[in-house]
Amino acid sequence: MPTVVVKGGRVVDAAGERVADVVVDEDGRIAAVGEDLSADRTIDAAGCVVAPGFVDLHTHLREPGQEEAETIETGARAAALGGYTCILAMPNTIPAIDHAGIVREVLELGRKAPCDVRSSGAITVGRQGEQLAPLAEMAALGVRFFTDDGAGVADGRLMRRALEYATGIQVDGRGIVLAQHCEDPVLSAGGHMHEGEWSARLGIPGQPAEAEEVMVMRDVALARLTGARVHFQHLSTARSVELVRAAKAAGIPVSCEATTHHLTLTHAACASYDPVFKVNPPLRTDEDVAAVRAGLADGTIDCIATDHAPHTQEAKEAPFDQAPPGMLGLETALALLLTELDLPLVEVLGLLSWRPAALLGVDDEHGAIAEGRPANLTVIDLEREWTVDPTALASRSRNTPYAGRTLRGKVRHTLLRGEPVVLDEEPQR
Amino acid sequence: MKHLLSIGDLTPGDLDQLMRLTDRFVEVSQRQIPKVPALRGKNVVWLFYEDSTRTRLSFETAAKRLSADTMTFSVGSSSVKKGESLRDTVLTIEAMGVDGIVVRHASAGVPWQIARWLEDRVSVVNAGDGWHEHPTQALLDCYTIREARGTLEGLRIGIVGDVKHSRVARSDVLAFTALGAEVVLVAPPTLLPPSLAGWPVRVSHDLDAVLPDLDIVYLLRMQRERMTEHLVPSLREYTARYGLTRRRVEAHLGDDALVMHPGPMNRGVEISAEVADLPRSVIVDQVRNGVAVRMAVLYLLLGAGAERVLDPEPDMDNALDLAPGEALTEGATR
Repeated sequence: MPTVVVKGGRVVDAAGERVADVVVDEDGRIAAVGEDLSADRTIDAAGCVVAPGFVDLHTHLREPGQEEAETIETGARAAALGGYTCILAMPNTIPAIDHAGIVREVLELGRKAPCDVRSSGAITVGRQGEQLAPLAEMAALGVRFFTDDGAGVADGRLMRRALEYATGIQVDGRGIVLAQHCEDPVLSAGGHMHEGEWSARLGIPGQPAEAEEVMVMRDVALARLTGARVHFQHLSTARSVELVRAAKAAGIPVSCEATTHHLTLTHAACASYDPVFKVNPPLRTDEDVAAVRAGLADGTIDCIATDHAPHTQEAKEAPFDQAPPGMLGLETALALLLTELDLPLVEVLGLLSWRPAALLGVDDEHGAIAEGRPANLTVIDLEREWTVDPTALASRSRNTPYAGRTLRGKVRHTLLRGEPVVLDEEPQR
Repeated sequence: MKHLLSIGDLTPGDLDQLMRLTDRFVEVSQRQIPKVPALRGKNVVWLFYEDSTRTRLSFETAAKRLSADTMTFSVGSSSVKKGESLRDTVLTIEAMGVDGIVVRHASAGVPWQIARWLEDRVSVVNAGDGWHEHPTQALLDCYTIREARGTLEGLRIGIVGDVKHSRVARSDVLAFTALGAEVVLVAPPTLLPPSLAGWPVRVSHDLDAVLPDLDIVYLLRMQRERMTEHLVPSLREYTARYGLTRRRVEAHLGDDALVMHPGPMNRGVEISAEVADLPRSVIVDQVRNGVAVRMAVLYLLLGAGAERVLDPEPDMDNALDLAPGEALTEGATR
């Protein structure tokens, strides 16, 4: 392929910030970062930020099984438009990604996608929480993240054994990670939103914050017991953040992510009874949002994940307590962070790019702009204002809770291994 | 007013107007032929996704007395069982040409969703949504209290029982307090909502201590399945602590205090059979007033004089088209 230069932008990554052009060679690798460079083809980045492509640890791609809501192709396109060059497919497909055959299928479909699609694997067979899935068989195909996402592993003994077993498995010399959707299913049973002031007023059965917190608490204890790393998915409550902060201070091997919706929306949004605001973990209180933001600011929260969860219009047009939980996230995450949060740009980019890249173990391919590395880049126009239009999203679904909201900051180009997959806000494939 | 979804959407002035309008329909209901042509040509659909005998019969009677046409969408025999979505069902009904949809659903919020999908083209009346609200019940409760006591201002009302799961309680708290009453919720902690932030109520777990101060004891239905949810140890223990027994009434309740219940009663659980039949029990009045209140609601939402009725100084005689006999004359012009 022809060489490419991304020209005139401000390059920002963990190494710092400099005005520089980025040249990509015939193999899609970064050949040079410097001033006044040229190549066969020029991609304009004047006035824009050139950042390493983003990495999402939490994407529901719905394929196989629910292709009417999303496919690997449409989800990957949405990801590319959001600045992502790598996404981790969650295993709650139908059937679940719980053995090598399904992992192979997902990876195969992902090879044609405009984003680097990685597969997670389920911790238990069928995500049923009863029997350990073949973790090593999936790890042999490169799976590093295992989760029963959509549900937590409720059985404490099974989770303990899974963690112990995981310490004996490596992928390319690195350990694997068990990631937990923290929700005690007995405490949360029947709850469709956060239990509190709004659930009481709206008459919607709630689930208490403690349903999340007791599992965070238990798994901190199990991480201590086994020495295995636990990654907490989509932390949403003030005390969950506090538990992880304390665990990290005690040297227990834990990490965690937060979603953009838990940083920007509260349970008051459910007052419309629009199931587009139904998500799991549910939208919480103002205090919880403030605590998750504080956790981002002080580094307790390692990265941002989208929990991009497409659902069809039909599914979301049910009564609130019958609709499935989940929201879109890939195409709005960056703009929400830039618009709604008061974080330095380099922090935002770290939370979206190099920090999750390191957690997922893909930091040799994503998360840095340096000579010799694959050119996985995103070019961001920080000043661009746009209004979220659900019908204009690349996702096959429309369940964004931000419809009509005006945001600042948009991805202009995305390069995957040097190939422009998004150019001037338009998907190229 | 386009819809009646929540008591919270009504001002104290609106509530007062509805009470006064209800007076007129009580009068109509007492006529030898209790029927007026006010809603002739209007089409109202009962969209009941949950069993309801009394509320549906009450609305049906109200509509018939106003000469409206009615249709019933019965869930058991409908395409819901074939997997049709709620939205498709509602749009299908609208396409047939309806003026009002009266909806009951086991899920909170459904009337709001329907009103949104119909973009206010059709009036929606909430006849009970999940644990959330039951506004016409609150209106008939207010009317019944007003009928017995003249006003709600300054009255002390105890709502006793399963407040957590009660749409009646949520609507009653809003309506009673809007009209100046003080409300105390009396229940075991497990049967109270998880938060009462913003609720203008007091709370007690001791019925005997509260009874002497009450002007009205409002008992909620205690459902048997609450025991299996670990909310109370047994109905026997519930009745011992919170059931309104004759002994309790005689020992603690003031002579003038009224007893109310939204029905259907579990005699022997939240209310003893003897208490239900005492003269101070106005439970039958509640049912009777329910028809007139629902006539007022339907008239207000669908009738020709709706705007005039909500005038601060309404000329009721001229605003309402309640002349008797017209309905019996085919082809009468209005």
